[in-house]
Amino acid sequence: MTIELVVGAIEAILMVLIGLHLSIFLLYFERKGSALIQDRVGANRANITGLGRKLGMPNLGIINTLVADPVKLFTKEDFVPDGADHFLHGLAPFLALFPVLITFAVIPFGDTITIAGHTFNLQAAGINAAALYLLATIGIGVYGVALGGWASNNRWALLGGIRATAQMISYEIAMGLALVAVIMTYGTLDLQAMVRSQGGVWFGFLPRWGILVQPLAFILFLTAGVAESKRIPFDLPEGESELILGYMVEYSGGKQAAFMFTDFAEQALTAMLLVTFFLGGWQVPWLYRDGFHFPGGHFLAIAPLAVSILGVIAFLIKVVILCAFLGLVRWSLPRFRYDQLMRLGWKGLVPLGLANVLVTAFIIVATGGAH
Amino acid sequence: MPLILFWFLATLSVVAALGVVLQRNPVHCLLALVLTLLTIAVLFIGQGAVVVGFLQAIVYAGAIMVLFLFVIWLLNLPVETGSTGRLAAKLLGAIGVAALLAELEVFWVPSHLQVKAAGHVAGYGAIDALSQTLFSEYLIAFEVTSVLLLVAVVGAVALARRTTETEIQQRPENSARPEKAA
Amino acid sequence: MVQLNWLMELSAAIFAIGVAGFLARRNILVMFMSIELMLNAVNLAFVSLGSRMGTMDGQVIVFFVMTVAAAEAAVGLAIIISIFRNRETVHADDLTLLKW
Repeated sequence: MTIELVVGAIEAILMVLIGLHLSIFLLYFERKGSALIQDRVGANRANITGLGRKLGMPNLGIINTLVADPVKLFTKEDFVPDGADHFLHGLAPFLALFPVLITFAVIPFGDTITIAGHTFNLQAAGINAAALYLLATIGIGVYGVALGGWASNNRWALLGGIRATAQMISYEIAMGLALVAVIMTYGTLDLQAMVRSQGGVWFGFLPRWGILVQPLAFILFLTAGVAESKRIPFDLPEGESELILGYMVEYSGGKQAAFMFTDFAEQALTAMLLVTFFLGGWQVPWLYRDGFHFPGGHFLAIAPLAVSILGVIAFLIKVVILCAFLGLVRWSLPRFRYDQLMRLGWKGLVPLGLANVLVTAFIIVATGGAH
Repeated sequence: MPLILFWFLATLSVVAALGVVLQRNPVHCLLALVLTLLTIAVLFIGQGAVVVGFLQAIVYAGAIMVLFLFVIWLLNLPVETGSTGRLAAKLLGAIGVAALLAELEVFWVPSHLQVKAAGHVAGYGAIDALSQTLFSEYLIAFEVTSVLLLVAVVGAVALARRTTETEIQQRPENSARPEKAA
Repeated sequence: MVQLNWLMELSAAIFAIGVAGFLARRNILVMFMSIELMLNAVNLAFVSLGSRMGTMDGQVIVFFVMTVAAAEAAVGLAIIISIFRNRETVHADDLTLLKW
C-alpha cells in the first residue's frame, strides 16, 4: 500500500515536471518559434557575460526566455489594486492553476513498467472514471479566471473575465460531447484502458489510433480545447489589442506567472488529452509487449523495460508535436469576434457533437459492440 | 473510506456551510458553497458513488455555481453592511433549527437505523450500473426530467428577457388612438 | 469503516445550517444558496443510504435531484433578475407588495 502511494507521488511529481517543461518549451516556442513563423529574429538581447556569443549561438534567445523571463516575473512587486478584494485577488491564480495541474495526474504516459519485480502503472492516479474527472477539473478551472477578472476592481479586467467564463462554459459542452463519442467508442471511462485498446493494427498495417475511428471528434475536441485554454483564435478574454491582458491585467509578479503558467499548462494539457484519446497515447505503431511486429512480417524483439521506455518517449514526442501545432495555429489565425465565437460554440460545435454521438451510437449498435 | 479523510471532509463541509450562511460578501458565500459542494462530491466518491460524485462536481460546482456567480455580477451586489435580518427572525430561526436537529438526532441513533447493510456488487457506482438502473426502472422519470429541463430553459429565457421597444409599442395602452373631442 | 449515523448526522447538520441561513439571511441570493445547501444535504443522505443498502436507487434519485436543482436554479435566478429589474433590490424584506 505504501509503495503504491510513494510510486504514485513520484509519478505525479513527474507529470507536473513534464507539464512544467512543456510550458517552458511552449514559452520558448512563443518567442522564437513565432519569430521563425513571422520571419523575424525574436528576442535575443538578454545576455549573461556574452555567454551566447561565446558558445557560438548568439541568436537562440535561450537566456531571454528561460532565465530572464522567469527571474523578471518572480522578482516584480506584487500589488493588489485599490478597492480590490485581497482574498479573492490572491486566490484567483491558485484557483486557475490548481485544476490544470491535478489533471496531469490521470494522463497515462506509458504502459506498465516492471522494475525489480514490481509492476507500476505509468499513470499517477489510476481512476476508473478518469474521463469524468477531466470534465470536473475543466469545470472548476472556470472559477480562477472569473474571480481574477472580478477581483481586480477594473472594468476591463471584468470584461475579460466575463468573456472568458462565457467562452469556457460554452466550449466545455462541445468538449464533453466529443468526449462522449470517444467514451462510447472505447466503452470505458478509464484513460489507460482507452490507450491500451489503441494498440494493434487494422488491415495489417494501419495503427488502431482513435483519430481514424473518430475524426470528427478529434476536430471538435481540438477546437474546444483551444477555446478552453483561451489561445488564439479564441483569445478574446485576453484580447491583447483591446484589454491588454484581459482578466490578468491587474496581476504582476508571481501571480501573473501563475496565470501565464496556467495558459501554457492548459495548452500542454489539451495536447496530452488529444494524444491520449486520438493519437494512440503511448502506443508506438507496430510495437507490442515483446517487440516490433512490422507489417511485412519482420519481428524485432525488444526487452520489456525498453518497450515501456519507448512508449514514454513516443508519448512525449507526440505531445511536443501537437504543442508545436497548437503554437502554429496560434500564430496563423486571427481572433474570433465574440458573436462569432458564441455562434461557433453553440450553433456549430454542439450540433456537430450531438450528430457525432448519434452516428457513433448507430454504428456501435449496427456492428454489435464497441469497436 | 479512510476515517481520517471522512472526519476532515465532514469538518470542512460543516465549516464551509457555516461560511455560506455567515459571510457578508455574496461572492465569498458562493465560494464557500462551492467548497461545500466539492467536499460532498468527495464524500460521494468515498461511498462508492463515483459517477454521481463526479457529476456533482461537473454539474453543481462547475455549472450551476457559475450561473450564480454571473447573476451576482449582473446585479452588482454590494457587500452587506448593517444587520442582515431582524433579530426576532434569527432567534426563531435558531430555535427552529435546534428543534429540527434534535428531532433528526433521535432518528439517527444507531439502534433506530434499521438499515440492512449489504455489500457492494462489483461495478457499484460505475457508469454501467447507473445507466442500467436509470434507463430501466426510472425511464419515465428520466424522460420527464429532460422535458423539465427544456421547460426550465425556455422559462428562464422568457423571464429574464428585456422587453424590446417594439413590444412596448405593441401594447394596447400605447397604441395610437384617434383623440376624442373633449 | 464510516458508520452510517455519522453520515446521517453530517447530512442533518448541513441541512440545519441551510435552514438557519434561509430563515436568518434576507439577501435573496444567499437564501437561494441556503436552499442549495439543503438539497445537497439531502443528496448526501440518499447516497449514503443507497450505498449502505447496496442498491443504485439512491444514486439515481440524486441524479434527478441534481437535475431538478439545476432547473430550479435557472428559473429562480431568472426570477431574481426580473425582480431586481423592477424593484432595484435583492433584500427580501423590501418585497412586500403582496402583503395585506
